[in-house]
Amino acid sequence: MNSKPSNSYSDNGRQNVYWTKSLQIVLFILTIWFVISLGCGVLFREKLDALLPPMGGAPFGFWMAQQGAIIGFLLLLFLYMILMNSLDRKSGFDQEDEE
Amino acid sequence: MSQDLWNYIFIGGSFALYIGIAVRSRAATTKEYYVASGGVSPFANGMATAADWMSAATFISMAGIIAASGYDASRFLMGWTGGFVLLTTLIVPYLRKFNKFTVTDFLGDRFYSNFARAVGVVCAVFICMTYIMGQMRGVGLVFSRLFDIEIWTGVIIGAGIVFFYAGLGGMKGITYTQVAQYCVMVFAYTIPAVFISMALTGNVIPQFGLIGNFTEATGDTVPLLTKLNQLNTDLGFPDYTVGKLGTLDMFCITAALMCGTAGLPHVIVRFFTVKSVKAVRKSACWTLLFIAVIYLTAPAIGAFARTNLILEVQGTSYAEAPDWFKSWEDRGLIAWVDKNGDGVMQHKAGSVFAGKNEKPIYAVAAERAANEPRLTTNKLSENANEVYYDRDILVMANPEMAKLPMWVIALVMAGCVAAALSTAAGLLLVLSTSISHDLMKKIVNPGMSDSQEVIWARSASFGFLAIAAYFGINPPAEFVAKTVAFAFGLAASSFFPTILMGVFSKRMNREGAIAGMIAGIGLTLGYIIYFQFIVDHQDYWFGISPEGIGFIGMLVNFSVATLVSCVTPPPPASVVEMVEEIRLPRKAGSATH
Repeated sequence: MNSKPSNSYSDNGRQNVYWTKSLQIVLFILTIWFVISLGCGVLFREKLDALLPPMGGAPFGFWMAQQGAIIGFLLLLFLYMILMNSLDRKSGFDQEDEE
Repeated sequence: MSQDLWNYIFIGGSFALYIGIAVRSRAATTKEYYVASGGVSPFANGMATAADWMSAATFISMAGIIAASGYDASRFLMGWTGGFVLLTTLIVPYLRKFNKFTVTDFLGDRFYSNFARAVGVVCAVFICMTYIMGQMRGVGLVFSRLFDIEIWTGVIIGAGIVFFYAGLGGMKGITYTQVAQYCVMVFAYTIPAVFISMALTGNVIPQFGLIGNFTEATGDTVPLLTKLNQLNTDLGFPDYTVGKLGTLDMFCITAALMCGTAGLPHVIVRFFTVKSVKAVRKSACWTLLFIAVIYLTAPAIGAFARTNLILEVQGTSYAEAPDWFKSWEDRGLIAWVDKNGDGVMQHKAGSVFAGKNEKPIYAVAAERAANEPRLTTNKLSENANEVYYDRDILVMANPEMAKLPMWVIALVMAGCVAAALSTAAGLLLVLSTSISHDLMKKIVNPGMSDSQEVIWARSASFGFLAIAAYFGINPPAEFVAKTVAFAFGLAASSFFPTILMGVFSKRMNREGAIAGMIAGIGLTLGYIIYFQFIVDHQDYWFGISPEGIGFIGMLVNFSVATLVSCVTPPPPASVVEMVEEIRLPRKAGSATH
């Protein structure tokens, strides 16, 4: 554990900071999650179909609902993993290697 | 080689593989039985979770539903993949850190109450039972079609295999067989899609085929989906890319499926098998990747199958109908009634037959003459639609429609069986743990030894399998289809919000959680039962169908729980400490009691 934070939080303070930051990450991920799925695929689907250029031969909103959202979810989980792992490292909550 | 021989080779070969794996990884202790000792690699767990998640219904029916309802089916596509984002960011890392064997353990400990534990047991058993019945039925159907045996023989064979590796091997046995099953499924699903995409649109990759161009007989090209919209509207169906569900209903159903997914116990426990919180995050990425391969292919298969079906059937005289049409008619999944007596098949909007049950009832006529359709005795509906087809055939008949080689057809069949078996095994594990661990060990007899607990787990899995097999053979037909809404509604209104509050609120207490669960489940179940079983009309509240009510149930759960917890005493200090502990990823350790 060579990446302990240099500042001197009490253990409790360090935990609180970690928790606040991880909540921010979760909130950030879930906002995008909502926009690409329920937003683009359901609520604003008709507008997107009409206003945005089609994805190949598919209306944009329809494509988001059947393809784009799923691809987006995958990228989001990857982003979540990177952000959380880096937060763990910075806060000194890094874990042993998982394999 | 004949088709039968190929089928025997593929199904027999895959079974030998599953049993071989199971024999190598038998479980001896509860820890091996429940969580495979917590040492599965994130990659293997990802594959196993994907196989666990994709049931016979997903594999066989989803593409058919997409073909039939176009845009409206997006609720399943988004719901069943988007739920994994909720699952990964809100649920599993924390429950893995909590480090117990079951989801119900968390409810019992976090809300310091055996009542909460008991509610958890009931919900878990109900959700899993609903599911597993459908899986057993799926195995039986595939077997009966393949080998011309009675459905009950097929169900018994399937149940025997599942018991062999899930009952005996526990989580350890299940995990590695599921990895093998995923591999079978992914090839079985994508290979036919690639061939069909090439034939229809000239694109090797089905996902590009979906947004690609269709070549008309005249040589002109139009985007496939434009062509499909035009075919659909010509025949009186809504536009393929628009659908007909209301926006609010669509929103609620999609959200309920997402939250339900994140609350399904058999998916959550799969993540207890990896080593650490960090491994959970990695494993979730793999899981969604493996699931996405199939979910991104399904819309393409749906659109292709719809196009093929309309082009080959609509306006064709029965004498010229393709071979697959007649062979599936033989198996009772296609029917044609010449309503206007012109000898030409008309596929229009609406159901062919009158009444609620629109399945064909065939006249028990003697041998049907060559080139004559099977006669049906149903009362006919008013509309002009003459062609009945069971949606489930679209995936299974796809290889035949596209005239693919026989081994591909055998592979698809092996894939169907793999999908049903892998899900059944995962569910069986949750069912048996609910009894052996949550009920017997934690509530009835805390002094029980480890080996006794494993015996309980094995007996319980035998018992549940027997019940599931019984309902697989004698399905309460209407009932099973309707109870799927129950399973997701229940998970969305009970497990998901309660776990969420347990992790993210330190103030949430026993009284709040229990009141919230009861209110959420009560509303959801009441609404579903009222509209599915009691009344015959569809005047839903605000147009929200029973499929989507789980979302409202979840909101009610949140509000009631918050209100009640505000006016009742806070949880004890030890519980608050536990919540602080599970929020930190370090020292996940290996699973304990």
